[in-house]
Amino acid sequence: MSQSYDITLKIAYLYDSPAAASRTLLRMLPRNLPEQQLLYGVVTTNPAPDYRLDDIDFFGNPTTEVSHERRLSEIEFLFRGRVLRHGTPGGLDLSCALDSLPRELAQIQSIGPESPHHFLGPSPRLRPEPEIAAFARDCARPGMSALAAAEALSLALHEAFDFDPEATEVTTTPIEAFRARRGVCQDISHVMITGLRALGIPAGYVSGFLRTIPPKGQERLAGADAMHAWVRAWCGGETGWVEFDPTNAIRAGTDHVTVAVGRDYSDVAPAKGSLRSEGSHDTTHQVDVVPV
Amino acid sequence: MQDEADTMTPDALSRFLAGYKPLAGVADELKRPDGSLRPVWASLMRYLAGQSAETLARAFARGDQYLHDTGVYFRQYTGTGSTVRDWPLSHVPVVIDGAEWAALADGIAQRAELLERVMADLYGPGNLVRDGFLPADLVAQNPEWLRPIVNIRPRSGNFLHFLAFEIGRSPDGSWFVLGDRTQAPSGAGFALENRMASSRVFHDLMPKANVERLAGFFRSFRDAMNGLRGDNDGRVAILTPGQHTDTYYEHAYIARYLGFSLLECEDLKVQDGRLSVRTINGPEPVGVLWRRLDSRFADPLELDETSALGTPGMVSALRAGAMDMVNCLGSGVLEARALMAFLPRISQHLMGAPLKLPNIATWWCGQPTERAYVLNNLERMMIGPAQSTKLPFDIDATTALGGKFRGTAHSSVADWIEREGATLVGQEAVTLSTTPAMIDGKLAPRPMVVRVFAARTPEGWAVMPGGYARIGRSGDPAALAMQAGGSVADVWVMADQPVVPDTLSKTDSGPFLRRLPGLLPARAADNLFWLGRYVERAEGGVRVLRAYHLRLEEYGRRTVPLVNGLGQFLDGFGIDPEEPIPATLLGQFDASVICASKVRDRFSTDGWNALNDLSATGHDLATRVLPGDDAARAMSVLLRKIAGFSGLVHDNMFRFLGWRFLTLGRALERADQMASVLSVFADPDVVGGGFDAAIEIGDSVMTHRRRYSVETNRDTVIDVLALDRDNPRSILFQLDRMREEEARLAELSGMAEMGEASRRILMLQTALAVSGPEAISTRRLRRIRRELAAISEALTAQYLS
Repeated sequence: MSQSYDITLKIAYLYDSPAAASRTLLRMLPRNLPEQQLLYGVVTTNPAPDYRLDDIDFFGNPTTEVSHERRLSEIEFLFRGRVLRHGTPGGLDLSCALDSLPRELAQIQSIGPESPHHFLGPSPRLRPEPEIAAFARDCARPGMSALAAAEALSLALHEAFDFDPEATEVTTTPIEAFRARRGVCQDISHVMITGLRALGIPAGYVSGFLRTIPPKGQERLAGADAMHAWVRAWCGGETGWVEFDPTNAIRAGTDHVTVAVGRDYSDVAPAKGSLRSEGSHDTTHQVDVVPV
Repeated sequence: MQDEADTMTPDALSRFLAGYKPLAGVADELKRPDGSLRPVWASLMRYLAGQSAETLARAFARGDQYLHDTGVYFRQYTGTGSTVRDWPLSHVPVVIDGAEWAALADGIAQRAELLERVMADLYGPGNLVRDGFLPADLVAQNPEWLRPIVNIRPRSGNFLHFLAFEIGRSPDGSWFVLGDRTQAPSGAGFALENRMASSRVFHDLMPKANVERLAGFFRSFRDAMNGLRGDNDGRVAILTPGQHTDTYYEHAYIARYLGFSLLECEDLKVQDGRLSVRTINGPEPVGVLWRRLDSRFADPLELDETSALGTPGMVSALRAGAMDMVNCLGSGVLEARALMAFLPRISQHLMGAPLKLPNIATWWCGQPTERAYVLNNLERMMIGPAQSTKLPFDIDATTALGGKFRGTAHSSVADWIEREGATLVGQEAVTLSTTPAMIDGKLAPRPMVVRVFAARTPEGWAVMPGGYARIGRSGDPAALAMQAGGSVADVWVMADQPVVPDTLSKTDSGPFLRRLPGLLPARAADNLFWLGRYVERAEGGVRVLRAYHLRLEEYGRRTVPLVNGLGQFLDGFGIDPEEPIPATLLGQFDASVICASKVRDRFSTDGWNALNDLSATGHDLATRVLPGDDAARAMSVLLRKIAGFSGLVHDNMFRFLGWRFLTLGRALERADQMASVLSVFADPDVVGGGFDAAIEIGDSVMTHRRRYSVETNRDTVIDVLALDRDNPRSILFQLDRMREEEARLAELSGMAEMGEASRRILMLQTALAVSGPEAISTRRLRRIRRELAAISEALTAQYLS
């Protein structure tokens, strides 16, 4: 089963007082992966930048670095393109038992981008949180497989959390969201990653898109009107990386389009900017994912 | 002196050394285990033994005075903030035999090369992990292993250029490495300052003692950095986190010593993939950056997103090969303690040879065999965080020593190791050697470590023949850190033949080279401009305050119209005339010192000391001066101090571009002060005595008397204080200066058309030049002040932002 999407992502900054100069690192272009192909598409900025460099980051995500040397009161970044997404086979759980993960990990002598070792320790926005660790341990029964434990945590978080775009901001920490049991996909994903790492399961953050209009007869998924986030968990050498969407209590599949992967949000933020400006600014995101 | 020492009886020397008793089982630098003196110390000890207590005290004071005068300080951090403290020099140097040093230097050079190869692998193919020489999780969880740097190849082909190593001596007499300093090692400048101080303490011994000089090392390193520029037109600069960092003094010192610009991240900008510095003439390319800032703060876009210090795009410029960095970003990865557990085997693998200089025995508790070993030998282990970059004995609450915790956070060390092994290392609990320190007039053994420095040169790694020794306050090695009250000492490497004096500037051959003219970062120019303004503003305030207190003394009451008028005038500037030394004035002194402290590298020591003395005097007087005559006298003291500072700056400072900004700031502020004084005290309706007060505040009493045979009237006051081109206090005089200085700046920046600042200065200058006193009404004076403010804004827009 495959599905194509026409995707638009627009991120706009509006400044109170014109910014003197700005430099922005964009991660907006969907990745080419075994389960998805970027058929065509391009990242543009308006106004056109004075400098632009397209590159690939450590984790393999496409980046676009742009700078504007003029004073601007408004900048807009745009991705438009078409992606073909294939389904991921489900099948039997062949992942290793939770307590044999350390041994499986030790087999992986690599610091390459896909190595699980990057995804077990603290990362820029995530540190160990005893409360989240305790929650995760409650989900994992003895003798459980890594995959089953991850699945259980995903479901438990979905049950516990209320999806609430008003409750948190982009800078909310996982523990704040966890205590409130409210938040958006970013918060729930961060909490799940923190929990998985506490269980010894290497876990990373995936940013991307979710189809906006559900197939006939199905409900519209939450988080589709903005960029979405979900979680990848490493379930042993055999099974490798498996992606979970705890916001919707499902595995990532044909409804999901990956843009970037990393340890947490800081590795995949769609637009990281720096500017010399006195005042504050407003940001707007607009996403459209239309099946074709 | 020499005679005295040489004819000294052996008895005198042994009496001098008799009280010095090293601890059993500890190596001592001065004495052998059998209690005899090591020969390399003989000349220094004979010298010390031959001095009376008074001459020795005088000699030590010479060193301290030097350090005080040059302004060497360190920043001590307390619970709530930090204070600046005197430099804690232990006057007796550490003396090391030249042949022994040569072997040590050989081991250091090998280790430097090994670290370069490890770094190239960690940021390149990752073979050490793949082939099992390093555990993957140890690298992946190292916070200084910076993923955006992976696959960057430095332009020069090398990642590491300047390194430091903490070394100590074990009880068997051999040297070993306690810590690798690869991130942005400090201390080389302090080593140099310690040497300057110790050569003052031992000014008659030094020339004939065969102490290896340090200048050659710095010359090689400077030339190597210049060499990194290649054919590129970019300059060499030093990047500092700024004046609030504890080693800022050293950054400024070494920048001055080597002749490189000292920059902060906000001075830098990445444009079109190249790194440049914002100068008063626009961006100038930077080709080589000696980074004194920790890597992860260098670029908020690709590294630590919370960094307020960084330059966005720095990593991108490095990736594009637009510059070289000393050391390359990410070099902090090599400082983790745990790495030392693996270096011996990696050395065999990468260098084909064992480590010539061993490091402290280290076991990573993430491996079962090693963990078991540590658990079985807890009593002789220090256990601490694996990724820590601190020295093993920089003990904190998360360190266990001899099976016990220093802090109280944990229950059992063994449980801790079982539970969190992968994040812990065990290191052998070492005993450091002791070296003599003069404590209460007697030599006493104290533990020490020495920081040694290595620089990459085209001829290979050069090791500084000397170093930066840290000496413990007590016998406890944990008290080595300066923060814990330890002290520092010079290190003398003794050659076996006479050493030729050396300086940095020595050149054996080659044509005379003039350096590229210095860069003036816009931020530095801005600080100099405001330094000029603040000092002048303070002077203006002091002059009015003196006039006020003189009249208060004369009339005895604040209600007398003239006294009251002066008081109100001061009040208008936020100066409370009730305070003998007003807080606002002290604030201006402080602001001046802050401005100067941000441009320490451009400031003479004398100028800096004069400014600090001025500020300190102001604060001191504020505690005890009374209104009236006493305050007037205090103001005269302050005026003399200000004049002293101004004299040093204006007569002695080379006419660098920076000096022009200082002068512009001063002239602009003086014109503004004068216009404001005249708008009140030359007003036709001013109270009686106002004209005379204006002349006095304007320091033009004699001039006025010479020039006009009449009493003061409005026209004569305006003429002498606003329009007289020869009076250094007049408004027009200031505009003439500003015109001249600004024209030089505009000429250097190669501007084709007249800029806004030039235009405004010229207009005001011309208007004043063609006016007579009758045209300068009070309203006109107020307008002049507005025009001056517009000039300041235009200068700021054009040069300072």
